[in-house]
Amino acid sequence: MKAQSTAEMVGSRPSSRISNASSTPETSQSPNPALELCGLSKSFTLGGGLFKRGRTLGAVNDVSLRIPRGQVMGLVGESGCGKSTLAKMLLGLTSPTEGDVLVDGEPLRGADQKALARHIQPIFQDPYSSLNPRKRIAQIVGLPLRVHGIGTAREQATRVAETLDVVGLPRRAAEQFPGQLSGGQRQRVAIARALIMRPDIVICDEPTSALDVSVQAQILNLLLDLKTEFGLTYLFISHDLAVVEHLVDRVAVMYLGRIVEEGSREQIFSAPRHPYTQALLDSALTPEPGLGVPDIGLGDAMPDPSNPPSGCAFHPRCPKAQAICQQTRPRLEEFRGGNARVACHLA
Amino acid sequence: MSRLEVNNLLEVNNLLEVNNLRVDLPVEAGTLHAVRGIDFHVERGEMLCLVGESGCGKSMTSLALMGLLPRKARLTADRLQFDGIDLTTLPERRRSDLRGARMSMIFQEPMTALNPAYTLGNQLCEGLIRHRGVSRREARDRALYLLERVGISAAKDRLEQYPHQLSGGLRQRVMIAMALMCEPDLIIADEPTTALDVTIQAQILRLLRELQQEFGTAVIFITHDLGVVARIADRVAVMYAGEMIESAPTPALYANPAHPYTRGLLSCIPAPGKTPPGSRLQAIPGVVPSLVGSVEGCAFRNRCPQAQPACERTPPLMSLPGDHRARCHYADRPVPAPLQPEMSS
Ligand SMILES: Nc1ncnc2c1ncn2[C@@H]1O[C@H](COP(=O)(O)OP(=O)(O)O)[C@@H](O)[C@H]1O
Ligand SMILES: Nc1ncnc2c1ncn2[C@@H]1O[C@H](COP(=O)(O)OP(=O)(O)O)[C@@H](O)[C@H]1O
Ligand code: SF4
Ligand SMILES: [Mg+2]
Ligand SMILES: [Mg+2]
Repeated sequence: MKAQSTAEMVGSRPSSRISNASSTPETSQSPNPALELCGLSKSFTLGGGLFKRGRTLGAVNDVSLRIPRGQVMGLVGESGCGKSTLAKMLLGLTSPTEGDVLVDGEPLRGADQKALARHIQPIFQDPYSSLNPRKRIAQIVGLPLRVHGIGTAREQATRVAETLDVVGLPRRAAEQFPGQLSGGQRQRVAIARALIMRPDIVICDEPTSALDVSVQAQILNLLLDLKTEFGLTYLFISHDLAVVEHLVDRVAVMYLGRIVEEGSREQIFSAPRHPYTQALLDSALTPEPGLGVPDIGLGDAMPDPSNPPSGCAFHPRCPKAQAICQQTRPRLEEFRGGNARVACHLA
Repeated sequence: MSRLEVNNLLEVNNLLEVNNLRVDLPVEAGTLHAVRGIDFHVERGEMLCLVGESGCGKSMTSLALMGLLPRKARLTADRLQFDGIDLTTLPERRRSDLRGARMSMIFQEPMTALNPAYTLGNQLCEGLIRHRGVSRREARDRALYLLERVGISAAKDRLEQYPHQLSGGLRQRVMIAMALMCEPDLIIADEPTTALDVTIQAQILRLLRELQQEFGTAVIFITHDLGVVARIADRVAVMYAGEMIESAPTPALYANPAHPYTRGLLSCIPAPGKTPPGSRLQAIPGVVPSLVGSVEGCAFRNRCPQAQPACERTPPLMSLPGDHRARCHYADRPVPAPLQPEMSS
């Protein structure tokens, strides 16, 4: 599929600054992380009315995270813990209630949509609903170029064809509709649409959760290839810990809108310190017959995010909880010389 | 003739016997053969996992066993016997009794099986009252007992609640309790934990396995997740494109998968500690063949790394040592050496 380097085909690397200064990673070794989240929060108001104050739901609370250039940051946690809300803030699809997102050191707030789109692009879970069923694949993949007025119609067509090659789709797919493609091919379309803007950063929100395992492997291989090829930085959201362990450099674990632990892949998978991280790892059922299903001792008293438990939000389910856990919220403390963080009184 | 006599006559030992089961569905383009002549059995008290990718016919198989196929579906079988009872000729009324009393089903989404307008207490007790003729009070006692057994606290209050007042994990616990109300011989659970978070899934699976062993209930557990299968199944049957392509006791299936598709499935999931992080995974190229119309030869041959010209003929279901069967011409040959995983960078 690749006669020449795919990087060559799609063109030089994108500019790495919000301002359009053009540079390549080789020449500008920026000291800034590709993406930095500073105290990011998002709350929603529920059920408010004319005379009634609504309740507040803190979907994301005070999240700070640095993703170094060219690395993959995994984001894990149970459904409803705020992963997609975080992703939407990074993509400019919803604005933070508090905090900032820095792209290569510069705040995203106030950056125009076009500049943003050149830097950060999404791949979502559902390749069925995220593609317009009435548009041909070429139109879907080329849409970002048209929206932002990049290139002539001819240049756009060439770029679409190149990008379809890069993601391993046959040229004839360009004239087809999403309904004519398999699930795996549709996810390749979504990846092509993300890459056509030559972003630095790709936010993958459960990109293989809707796919069968045999197809999942193809897509994971493709994501790894593209990362090396284009020096991409990924935020990779998934509930499949085996996939996360395979793909990422670092992992952040979220519980009820907060990061409860963050560290390198090795640290999180071989020496997790937060009881929630430990429970998540125990719950991952690897294909090893004879091990049975472990007793993780959590209970399923899922908390109400609009009325979070006091102290450590995890305390009602935590097998290690002590009195202090109910009273005081543990701070996210650094350890390993600042290389890892955990929020637990007993860790 | 009593059930015992029938049993003796046919020497039925297995709870369920299935031979050459087919399910056809009329579709615009012709006939969709959702289940294409499968053979399997379920022993009393065992956990059999049916595993396969989406669309391979798992749900159609389970609905065929329960007698709940969509109206337009056509079922045929050489044999479809539950505890000696021929299900293909059973009148719908008796079938419905059987379904309530001796076979029950747990769905992926409990809300499809729960009526939002009735309290959990009503729904739990209804079947027992109807099928076993017990009093409301006895039924309520059993419901309370089972709710506690499935780990639901304040069970008494729960009886008065409505389905929407529970979280997904709690609802699935209620479904397990409901499936156990009449002490059935067989429970069919179709992806019951697929929609749940991993921590909740682990707890539900552990519970289901414990109760299944304690009550001696046979369970057909349907899933696409080979990790789940490894941890709970006594035996495994693998489906591909409407066929059952391999079955074996769980340890044998994982240690010596005999069908190339099973080997493919097992090698495309990253195995922590074995697959080097960032290495290329072994994907299965291509896509599943269309189930509309007939499939010539081995259904897997277009994706199979070991395919030979002989694979254009339909492979036999080959018997291997130790209750292990695989539908592949070369199931009894040694496995070719695995490709070395290459590092991606
Ligand atoms: N637009 C919205 N309005 C109100 N609540 C929302 C909205 N979007 C998300 N939430 C709530 O925010 C929390 C986090 O949701 P989400 O980010 O989708 O979680 P995840 O992706 O981890 O499953 C959930 O409790 C969810 O119900
Ligand atoms: N109501 C229906 N009408 C027509 N085809 C159907 C219907 N339900 C399922 N199918 C088809 O039957 C095949 C088997 O489906 P199913 O048993 O649901 O698969 P699985 O449960 O393994 O994912 C699939 O090809 C599916 O598209
Ligand atoms: S019969 Fe042939 S094509 Fe089918 S699985 Fe076996 S080797 Fe592969
Ligand atoms: Mg989400
Ligand atoms: Mg199904």
